[in-house]
Amino acid sequence: MELHQLTIHELQELLSRKETSALEITQAIFSRIHAVDKQVRAFITLTEEEALAKAREIDNQGEYGRIAGIPLGLKDIFCTRGVKTTCASRILENFVPTYDSTAAGKLFADKGILAGKLNMDEFAMGSSTEQSAFFSTCNPWDFTRVPGGSSGGSAAAVAADEVPFALGTDTGGSIRQPASFCGVVGLKPTYGRVSRWGVIAYASSLDQVGTFAKDVRDCALVMNIISGKDPLDSTSVDLPVPDYSASLDGNVKGMKIAYPREYFQPGIDSQVQEAIKKALIKYEEMGAIVDEVSLPHSEYALPAYYLVATAEASANLARYDGVRYGLRDFEAANVIDMFSRSRAEGFGEEVKRRIMLGSYALSSGYYDAYYLKALKVRRLIADDFSKVFAKFDLIVSPTAPTVAFKIGEQIGDPLTLYMNDILTVPINMAGLPAMSIPCGFHEGMPVGMQLVGPAFGESTLFKAAFAFEQNTDFHTFRPALEVK
Amino acid sequence: MSKDYEVVIGLEVHAELKTKSKIFCACSTAFGAEPNTQVCPVCSGFPGMLPVLNEKAVDCAIKTGLALNSEIAEFCKFDRKNYFYPDLPKAYQISQYDLPICKGGYLDIDVEGERTRVGITRAHLEEDAGKLVHQGDITTTPFSLVDLNRSGVPLLEIVSEPDMRSAQQARAYMEKLRSILLFADVSDCKMEEGSLRCDANVSVRPWGEQKLGTRTEIKNLNSFRALERAIEYEAKRQMEALEDGEVIVQETRTWDEGKGVTRSMRSKEEAHDYRYFPEPDLPPLRIDRDWVDTVRKSMPEMPVQAGQRLMDQYGLSQYDADLITQSPQNLKFFDETLALYADAKAVSNWMMGDLTRLLNQNGMEIQDAKVKPALLAEMLRLMADGTISGKMAKTVFEEMFVSGLDPQTIIKEKGLVQISDANSLLPLIDEIINNNPKVLQDYKNGKEKAFGFFIGQIMKATKGQANPEMVNNLLKERLNRE
Ligand SMILES: [Zn+2]
Repeated sequence: MELHQLTIHELQELLSRKETSALEITQAIFSRIHAVDKQVRAFITLTEEEALAKAREIDNQGEYGRIAGIPLGLKDIFCTRGVKTTCASRILENFVPTYDSTAAGKLFADKGILAGKLNMDEFAMGSSTEQSAFFSTCNPWDFTRVPGGSSGGSAAAVAADEVPFALGTDTGGSIRQPASFCGVVGLKPTYGRVSRWGVIAYASSLDQVGTFAKDVRDCALVMNIISGKDPLDSTSVDLPVPDYSASLDGNVKGMKIAYPREYFQPGIDSQVQEAIKKALIKYEEMGAIVDEVSLPHSEYALPAYYLVATAEASANLARYDGVRYGLRDFEAANVIDMFSRSRAEGFGEEVKRRIMLGSYALSSGYYDAYYLKALKVRRLIADDFSKVFAKFDLIVSPTAPTVAFKIGEQIGDPLTLYMNDILTVPINMAGLPAMSIPCGFHEGMPVGMQLVGPAFGESTLFKAAFAFEQNTDFHTFRPALEVK
Repeated sequence: MSKDYEVVIGLEVHAELKTKSKIFCACSTAFGAEPNTQVCPVCSGFPGMLPVLNEKAVDCAIKTGLALNSEIAEFCKFDRKNYFYPDLPKAYQISQYDLPICKGGYLDIDVEGERTRVGITRAHLEEDAGKLVHQGDITTTPFSLVDLNRSGVPLLEIVSEPDMRSAQQARAYMEKLRSILLFADVSDCKMEEGSLRCDANVSVRPWGEQKLGTRTEIKNLNSFRALERAIEYEAKRQMEALEDGEVIVQETRTWDEGKGVTRSMRSKEEAHDYRYFPEPDLPPLRIDRDWVDTVRKSMPEMPVQAGQRLMDQYGLSQYDADLITQSPQNLKFFDETLALYADAKAVSNWMMGDLTRLLNQNGMEIQDAKVKPALLAEMLRLMADGTISGKMAKTVFEEMFVSGLDPQTIIKEKGLVQISDANSLLPLIDEIINNNPKVLQDYKNGKEKAFGFFIGQIMKATKGQANPEMVNNLLKERLNRE
């Protein structure tokens, strides 16, 4: 195995035995990036010089901790001090923050090394990374397919061995669906578990920071670092953070696992369903108790999500007005003209569509029928989950209805594209933790299994995911990239 | 105002709360700093920034609510009010829409001896916007600059019921509210600096009519005087319009101080749809009763109680008590002066008369005046023992106001000592009577004016230093002997 192929914990071991250095690892990572990213196109910005300098500094200090000396990637939605943060939008094309987002800052404080900023759908609005204002990212398993989205760059970079791990954000499935499409581990924690401070907002009540990794152990390790209350984020929750690595005991004996019948419907590819059913049998073999349940309000989750998310987005994105930073149209005749021209030039089609939808849903006379009703649906969905978790430890389902689709295949059809999130959106609406792990292949493309836990039940997810990983080898497969 | 119409007024008052830092970030709220020196990524609306509620602002709101007899909500929340304007960095203002922190309440006002209870509808917390700096007039400026120092300063918006029936009542309400905010120590209430702002909702209706008329909202009321004038103008405008058979349009109007008129800004149709929705970045605010009790225990004496004390203890009128309790500084001045000189009526008269006049002329606050309670008390004492006359006292007071010197020194420097010695006055009186036999004859014929003439001559001869009371008595005695 080469350095760039290794997991965090494997690299950590080499570092602690002084068999490699942060510099060697970082150099290996960048030579990998230079070799494959022309095709994968995961990165918007590379920070090679700074990364190598930091690696040397860490080597000089000679102390390696949890992620010290390990390179990482950040979805370009995380503000990074002194490093361009675009959100894959023209409107922020040249925006350089003066601050590090809390989650990124925690990784840097732990001596993680930033390799670069990763592509995404503009303002996290999309399920394919085709909505990036700059370029599409390709799925490392098949360059003609999408990596999923919106955190497609993060998933593709980890799958292509360009970084050992990367952070993403998940508002309606934006970590889990690309993790599923790219065959890596992706975790969306409980809402409030990880600070959102410094993460460019799409839909504040749904956005959550999470991580992509090559295996469950790495995922737990990163979560140990980024979790916890942040005084700068009032919605982050002040609950003790357990040591997630401690839950990796491989034992699911007696664990009660539910699979909701609404998540195994004809709209879901039968081969994908098949892979999940096999996984459930595997769990039974390991001693878990598996049973069918119902989440009756699931069918309303998607429309309700698109009301809540777009409503919040319409306000969150209103600040991009060309006054203080970002793109400004200097030809405008007056201030109103400046607002509208800057925004017309700066935002892509999908972003404009969602701003329009959200503004409409909040308009006087429509608020009760749309936004308020969506909030009520949200409560019903959360209640559905609570009822299941009163009796079960875990819910298992497919992560996405299909494997990765072809680039360009769904781009002209927003509604079909929105259907990608049908199995992930309800979890955001309920604020619960969920993880996607590789559980099979179809058409040569990875299939992801979604594990959903009760609020702040990440440990249960890690426990179950790790047990599955220990008894299968899906996580060991890597795409055979043609290195040019 | 009119015998045919009744004016109905409700006020929306914005008070900047006196917290050290802004409502959702740690930036300073100090007034008058260089533009954009009190800003951070949060209050300038940078990507990824989140608000954190300043609990001191909540304390201020609770205090105000208690002083206004409001119910403090156990559960309230924040909402986003969406609109685009260059001085609003996030393009939404964090405010409170349907669940404000204070609900209900009232305050009593006294105008021309009549007490009126004005209902408080609600009071809610919100953040202030920044301000735009134009080159000259907004309509012709080539560009505008944005100063965000004020962006995120905490505001409490206090909304009254439409319970006022005259511009005088509106002014009295505003003054009473200001004194409450000052006593509660929650706001500086400087209208000229914008830390206390007011919009007035004005409508008129025929006497006896129960239904409210169509209202207009008047903005840009930067002083008590502007408030009073604008309401008077607007009520008259509406009455005349109705008399002429016109229909009042619901609209926002602005007060033009220079021209003394209100002008239409925008109609109801042009009004913003603010698309309010719950602020997802802030959890709902729960105010447990212990919090309210803690604030209640920390409440200082409020103007209503202080005013009652002045009336009970010193027999002051409601009017005087109201004036003295306009601000805590006023009351402090009064209390301190009274401790040294125990004539409440005299102290109150001088405070409300000469002192207030001079303060207003010089645009000063009582706490900044060079005249201190000890000086006023000493001057009153010198007046009472006859050392100086009332007229001299006015001169002494003006001098004290300018120099801050003690009255004794001023009296000496200006040679202001009163002649209260009969032995030196009597020969002078004799001399003047003897020199004016014709006037003496007039007096004997019952002409009252003659008496005044003699007094004038005596005062002139003594350069005004003769004790007027004594001159009066001595002259009367002397003339009666003729
Ligand atoms: Zn600030």
